[in-house]
Amino acid sequence: MSSLEILKYPDERLKQVSTEVEAFDDALRSFIIKLEVTMRAGPGGVGIAAPQVARFEHIVIVDVSNKPKIKHNGCMILVNPEITEWDGYKIGREGCMSVPDYTGNVMRAERIKLEAFDEHGIKREFECEGYEARAVQHEIDHLDGLLFLDRLVSRKKDLFRRKVYKNK
Amino acid sequence: MSNWYMLNLIGNDQSGIVAQVTSALYKGGSHLGETSMMRLGGNFTMMMMVNLEGSADDLVKIVQPIADKLNLHVHIDSIEGRLHQHIEPNVRVTVFGADRAGIVAQVTGVLAESGMDILDLESDVGGTEDKPIYIMYMEGLAEDGIEALRTALESVRNEGIDVDVEEIETLIG
Repeated sequence: MSSLEILKYPDERLKQVSTEVEAFDDALRSFIIKLEVTMRAGPGGVGIAAPQVARFEHIVIVDVSNKPKIKHNGCMILVNPEITEWDGYKIGREGCMSVPDYTGNVMRAERIKLEAFDEHGIKREFECEGYEARAVQHEIDHLDGLLFLDRLVSRKKDLFRRKVYKNK
Repeated sequence: MSNWYMLNLIGNDQSGIVAQVTSALYKGGSHLGETSMMRLGGNFTMMMMVNLEGSADDLVKIVQPIADKLNLHVHIDSIEGRLHQHIEPNVRVTVFGADRAGIVAQVTGVLAESGMDILDLESDVGGTEDKPIYIMYMEGLAEDGIEALRTALESVRNEGIDVDVEEIETLIG
């Protein structure tokens, strides 16, 4: 199966706010399969959001299970995801298939809890931390029309901010 | 023919340097690539990749009038310019401690021997005049792995310099 075309910044459509999925049908499941193929074909390939392929609905896939030595939930199909709890902050490096050849530092919650529906409309709950939590937040941002470029932080500040957190 | 130059401008910091210099470059028909600009000790330093259909002398003609007006020193090198050649760092090293001569040489010497290629380095002096502290931030590529750096830096830590080595794991989402 071939990959879907990834929208690239400065395509204005990446700023569009997406809407919730209403029908959990075969068309949705078929799209999710294509979305996953597209994610795995990309560099890194740990996450993708439907707006990146010009489908403006609340659909995200995150799978960081190929990274060694980290906690993860396997392949997460997240339809209409909602983050319900945030805890801690950490700066990490991010890039995006929609923003080639540029990476930057972004602050994200270290641990999150979220609710979402799977591709069959069954409600699921997840707890994520670290790299996986970062990936989920990065992808959910796409649903709100936000890119990691909207959240860049200075590198110099990293040093001082991190020390402050350690002292908490 | 389109050529790349590395244009360096340095002078006393004053408001509006960037706007005036880049405006002159733009009006002169040049195009900027990657740049680094920063205030260092009261001086403003600009290092810019500049693309121009013309010679280094043509670039001098574009930039010299504004440099004279702002009292900036100009240096131009012809370079082999290439964009979209970023190397993704996999390690971040932060160093801080009481300032003394030789910290950078010592730390970067250890890092070079342990296989780290520095891609970006910024350092600063803070604290007070009688008790200055030195702070250095680096990103690089650890070719022999992060642990090799941590182990090698123990000798620096033993001398009372705080060194933190952190893996950068870039998420592409």
